[in-house]
Amino acid sequence: MTMLPQTTAKKLGLVIDLDTCVGCHACATSCKQWNDAGHSAPLTDTDPYGAAPDGVWFNRVHSYEVQTAHGSKTVNFPKSCLHCDNAPCVTVCPTGASFKRVEDGIVLVDADKCIGCKLCSWACPYGAREYDATDGVMKKCTLCVDRIYNENLDAAARVPACVAACPTGARSFGDLGDPASGVSALVRARGGYDLMPEQGCAPVNQYLPPRAVTPLVQQPLSRHAGGIESALLRWIDRVLS
Amino acid sequence: MNPAYSIIFFTTAAGAGYGLLTMLALYALAGDPAANGREALLPLGLAGVLVSAGLLASTLHLGHPERAWRALSQWRSSWLSREGVLAIACYGPALVWAWRLWREAPIGPVVPAFTAVLGLATVYATSQIYASLKSVDAWHLRLVPANYLLLALASGSVLWQALRVWAGVATAVDALPVATLMLAAGVGKWRYWRTLSRLAPTSTLATATGLGTLGTVSSLAWPHTEQNYLLKEMGFVVARRHADKLRRIALLCACILPPLLALGGSVSGGWPASLIMGLAVALLALGLVLERWLFFAEARHSVSVFYGR
Repeated sequence: MTMLPQTTAKKLGLVIDLDTCVGCHACATSCKQWNDAGHSAPLTDTDPYGAAPDGVWFNRVHSYEVQTAHGSKTVNFPKSCLHCDNAPCVTVCPTGASFKRVEDGIVLVDADKCIGCKLCSWACPYGAREYDATDGVMKKCTLCVDRIYNENLDAAARVPACVAACPTGARSFGDLGDPASGVSALVRARGGYDLMPEQGCAPVNQYLPPRAVTPLVQQPLSRHAGGIESALLRWIDRVLS
Repeated sequence: MNPAYSIIFFTTAAGAGYGLLTMLALYALAGDPAANGREALLPLGLAGVLVSAGLLASTLHLGHPERAWRALSQWRSSWLSREGVLAIACYGPALVWAWRLWREAPIGPVVPAFTAVLGLATVYATSQIYASLKSVDAWHLRLVPANYLLLALASGSVLWQALRVWAGVATAVDALPVATLMLAAGVGKWRYWRTLSRLAPTSTLATATGLGTLGTVSSLAWPHTEQNYLLKEMGFVVARRHADKLRRIALLCACILPPLLALGGSVSGGWPASLIMGLAVALLALGLVLERWLFFAEARHSVSVFYGR
């Protein structure tokens, strides 16, 4: 059913901290590893060791340079499905293969119904969906639906693979519809925001901006600063010069 | 956007087919003898072939064509689904129409009118598949459905005129609707291109990353070194360098030369007229394919913003 639910009981999603992300791509590779054997398996690669490797990935890490008033800054930017409340990829689907779950808001593709028309990938402004030409169906981030409810895993491991893999804790998982949840508190505390708000998709995933940087100000060295120790060093410097 | 050849063929051929159906219906309603006799099976059949070939071609770009029937289920939300439902619904009255023509039974106004309305509704649904996508600025415009409908009608009118010339029933007056429709279609397309040149992008790297509040954002490194699905399907950028020239060729071949040739074909008789109309149809096909190719190739998807494009 490609009509979007009016509301969802939960809004499971990710909060991504652009301040602490170091751009190591561990989230992307762990995503690839888990999902290559999970709900949407396989995530086909073509020509993986050749001249033009290509393949299906649910998570991709861009790196941007931001020219600020205090010089330039590198910001690493992981991007995956944002599990939008107003997901255009769902409503355009002609077959009902794309759907948003009422119970937790996760956007999924039923691979048995997908005809591979690719229209959902056109409708998504973020480029979150990737077509698997070998399988002939569209694939996308499942928010590791086969991990987060998986009772065969330790409770602590029931988070998306990307969250479990992140070495800097730049990714948090939780219910963004619950104001009392840890992720909601994080978004409030750090000013989390939507990507491309003008597209009107109401994404669930939130991004935390890089923290403000205190600019380094060079203090001019005073001849008399620093007491006896500095005076001694200055004398040695003069002698040696 | 990647211009898939199956979709270019489908939208142009089916559009011309539905346009031809509409012209036939209009002439039938006006009481034209050639549109009400058994010989009207030829234009009706040609329209059927164009539409059916287009619909079949459109399934070629699917990953699972055998599941195409599933696309009829989500008409409540999806324009692609609505397009499929309307296209199939159009076969109903069209077949009744053909049957009555074959039996030389009275046709009445309802069946041709119903066929034409469903055909044009299908073209509108096709255009809405594109026009409803906010992620592609060049498509999310009111002019897009107008362009699709006018080009479908105008290209159908050229085919209709060619068939009339070949059947030896065309007059110079018949060239008037061709010229009017093509003029409207050409002006519509010209306005569309003028709108494109003034279009400010909805999304920028600043809004895509949310980093615009910190300063000027530029792409430092892509997530991947080679091409991927997103770049192949949505990041197609070939046309932009030659866009101006290609637009002029498309307008000339589709909208300017065919109506002039249609007039020439209507006033001259015999084999030169047939030859002229053959040329008109060939130029029309070339112009339409070019126009539709540009419609895809010139359109920029918002995902390219993430790649700093």
